[in-house]
Amino acid sequence: MLGKLSWSVIPVDQPMVMIASGLMILAILAMMIGITVKGLWRYLWREWLTSVDHKRIGVMYCALAMVMLLRGVTDAIMMRAQQALAAGSAQGYLPPEHFDQLFSAHGTIMIFFVAMPFVVGLMNFVLPLQLGIRDVAFPTLNSVSFWLTASGALLVNLSLVIGNFARTGWLAYPPLAELRFSPDVGVDYYLWALQISGIGTLLGGINLMTTILKMRAPGMGYMRMPMFCWTALASNLLIVAAFPVLTATFAMLLLDRYLGFHFFTVDGGGNMMMYVNLIWVWGHPEVYILILPVFGVFSEVAATFSGKPLFGYRSMVGATMAICILSFIVWLHHFFTMGAGGDVNGFFGIMTMIIAVPTGVKVFNWMFTFYGGRLRLSVPILWTAGFMVTFVLGGATGVMLAIPPIDFIVHDTVFLVAHFHNVIIAGVIFGVFAGYTYWFPKAFGFTLDEGWGRAAFWCWLIGFYLAFMPLYWLGLAGMPRRLQHYQTVAWQPWLELAALGALIVVAGIACLLIQLMVSIRTRASRLDTTGDPWNGRTLEWASPSPPPAWNFSELPVVDGEDAFWRMKQMAREGHAGPAQAVAYRSIEMPKNSPTGIVTAFFAVLTGFALIWHIWWMAGLGLLGALVTMLAFAWRDMTESEIPGDVIAQYYQTHPSEPKG
Amino acid sequence: MSRDGGPVMQGMIAPTWPRRILGVISAAELSGCSDGLFDPQGPIAIAEKTILYDSLAIMAAIILPTVGATLSFVWWFRSANKRAHYLPDWQYSGRIELIAWSIPAMTILLLASVGWIGAHELDPFKPLAGSGKPLRIQVVSLDWKWLFILPDQGIADVNRVIVPVATPLSLELTSSGVMNAFLVPRLGSQIAVMPHMVTRLHLLADRPGTYAGLSTQFSGEGFATMSFTVEALPPDRFEHDVAAIRGQGRPLDPDTYADLAAPSQAVAPYAYGAVSPGLFETILRSELRRER
Repeated sequence: MLGKLSWSVIPVDQPMVMIASGLMILAILAMMIGITVKGLWRYLWREWLTSVDHKRIGVMYCALAMVMLLRGVTDAIMMRAQQALAAGSAQGYLPPEHFDQLFSAHGTIMIFFVAMPFVVGLMNFVLPLQLGIRDVAFPTLNSVSFWLTASGALLVNLSLVIGNFARTGWLAYPPLAELRFSPDVGVDYYLWALQISGIGTLLGGINLMTTILKMRAPGMGYMRMPMFCWTALASNLLIVAAFPVLTATFAMLLLDRYLGFHFFTVDGGGNMMMYVNLIWVWGHPEVYILILPVFGVFSEVAATFSGKPLFGYRSMVGATMAICILSFIVWLHHFFTMGAGGDVNGFFGIMTMIIAVPTGVKVFNWMFTFYGGRLRLSVPILWTAGFMVTFVLGGATGVMLAIPPIDFIVHDTVFLVAHFHNVIIAGVIFGVFAGYTYWFPKAFGFTLDEGWGRAAFWCWLIGFYLAFMPLYWLGLAGMPRRLQHYQTVAWQPWLELAALGALIVVAGIACLLIQLMVSIRTRASRLDTTGDPWNGRTLEWASPSPPPAWNFSELPVVDGEDAFWRMKQMAREGHAGPAQAVAYRSIEMPKNSPTGIVTAFFAVLTGFALIWHIWWMAGLGLLGALVTMLAFAWRDMTESEIPGDVIAQYYQTHPSEPKG
Repeated sequence: MSRDGGPVMQGMIAPTWPRRILGVISAAELSGCSDGLFDPQGPIAIAEKTILYDSLAIMAAIILPTVGATLSFVWWFRSANKRAHYLPDWQYSGRIELIAWSIPAMTILLLASVGWIGAHELDPFKPLAGSGKPLRIQVVSLDWKWLFILPDQGIADVNRVIVPVATPLSLELTSSGVMNAFLVPRLGSQIAVMPHMVTRLHLLADRPGTYAGLSTQFSGEGFATMSFTVEALPPDRFEHDVAAIRGQGRPLDPDTYADLAAPSQAVAPYAYGAVSPGLFETILRSELRRER
């Protein structure tokens, strides 16, 4: 009746896991009680959970990422503590059984449920505003995408309480991930969680790609799009091209595990090297899916806070698209050590190094954006400068790893761990925090506290260097990654230093949380009444903060780059037309729909049932999802009209948009 | 561990006086940086260290000025600095664009040739040029230990292998199940170890010594205990040790291999005095496992 499920799958014999799950459940309960006491359920359901507004969905993506960051960082601290302790004959406090789950979960969570949702959330929130339009191409699909991502996150967290997570590393290489070597539900949790969230990501990618290609404001040709739109376009093209490969690869591994196929097994003619190739055909573009949009964030921040246009816009567009294409022909550098031979390794090594050229161009162009500027050294610019200085180091170690003979000696050592944390933390994470600080006032109508933001930046920067520079060193000394304990006691001081660095990063996260609380409490004194707190250049700043549901009462007409900056300039020079006394027309907006959250409910049900082999429940879940989709397809009313006088009333208390 | 070229080398157990003194006084020893690439002991590792330092130097030449310029631009053009020029509309300069593209392009051109040549010269499959008949070693990764077969000597070792110094080592590697990767950091290059497939690796130890080896590819619960040692001995000493092992203890045949293949962790090194002919090929075809 319940498949493999029984009471024994709850790890009551592991106090640490039980305490962690207990705290997690208590936190959720406390939150739910709080919402009930304040009577907020109805508001939450109507305004957020069923919202198809791209701004709300963007905010929910970022909130999901923030929550999962806490989980991912807890895993990181536990691993650093274990490695700081387990030297020589000491075994630390985590047995391999637990430690192996930690590093697998840490990688999976940080990539799929922190970096991805944060980046996708920023794109969701910002793109329609920057493009000067009212919503994305498929608003309800957008909600479905978000909720499927959240479903995956929920399944990963569920594995903490019921059963266990994978002990295979974050990419679950076979044969280790095959049934013969990993017979429990860990790998199944991993696979189903990522299949479900992966579909969400793919749908989201199609949505945003369509939005950028088909729905720009009148006059906004491709070469007038803000840089962030370009990088988002490249990123979503990559999502659309790469995520089906991930889904297909996992589908093959699932067939191996569930139906006795032999794609990647040791016996029956399976070949694990095919999996390794396929997973990196997705995996390398994935890196650029994450980093390209934050390159866009840094471009926006650099231009806005310098008070001048982005230097070399055309060059930047070219560099972005070059990276987009090149990212598909470098995947083999993840396994030079499989012995493909000099020609193949040499080719992929060189292709990899070539990516450093457009990336280098970007760094130079940001640098010259600063040149001749009037820089306001506030928090977003700190993240940007911190990124530029630190990221080039990660780029350099990346080029080193692209040289096959160097890779032969440091591959899968902690040198590699240091390298990808260098580019992901100092690239993606710094970038999303820059974007978070930059666009927060747009989303909520008040700015974030400056002091706590600075503190967070310095903690992250110093913490990062302390945590990962020792790993570069240890990697050269020959320390492999993923060690639950080690014999060489000489490594211990370095790992203690790394643990200290991780603690400082945690302090940085604490600063961010305090910043949020302080900012909310003192929001009255930091309200953004103009809609343009940073003297921005692009169209998102033309709308009030927070923007109304319809974003723009009339779609702005764009006649050049930096559209909003030009509008302001025209107004200053007195060329602006009569801005007031406009007759507001009524606007049709998509109606909220519970399709997303209901689909997600059935997706979680299906995923959980498949993990535990509860076949009837899996059938029920799939049927439920299908019925939900049909119900949505047969709906009568898709849009509701916002009357012109409501809009006129709104603009009596909010700044009206300047006209181009 | 520090270098030890003395003829009194007694394997890994008895440290010589110079080694002991070095061990105490060397700050490098305390900080762990005499391991791995910091102390290469063979031509492969030395070549890789050289390439690493070269590439680091090439990139430092471009990165350090970039970092310096970024920080100084940010600082000089801060809004509080009234002496800085404000160029509110400056957004293009063909000359700077040309430099922005050509500096990284030229750097990468240089590094790409280093990479292309290195990928061929130091390909793990490429036999080492040099004098002497290479020593053949067959390596099998098991859950969670390493089996070394010396087919020409007719002996096998678990988690330890003895080799003569200054002799090319020709390794063939396969796995009994999951993937691993074979690395002896002070000798150089690693190579993946996979079931049903043979990968090849060519190494050479310049000096006598005991070199730690390990797996870098995570392989499950006992992964952290998958360490082994390579003991490089003077040729006469090598012959002597081989003779001492040969004929002693149990032979490695399908039965004893089946015992060995059962998962175990932190296995202390031991030797087999004889090896069934063709055992490595049999493991490769996995016939043994199917019989079990």
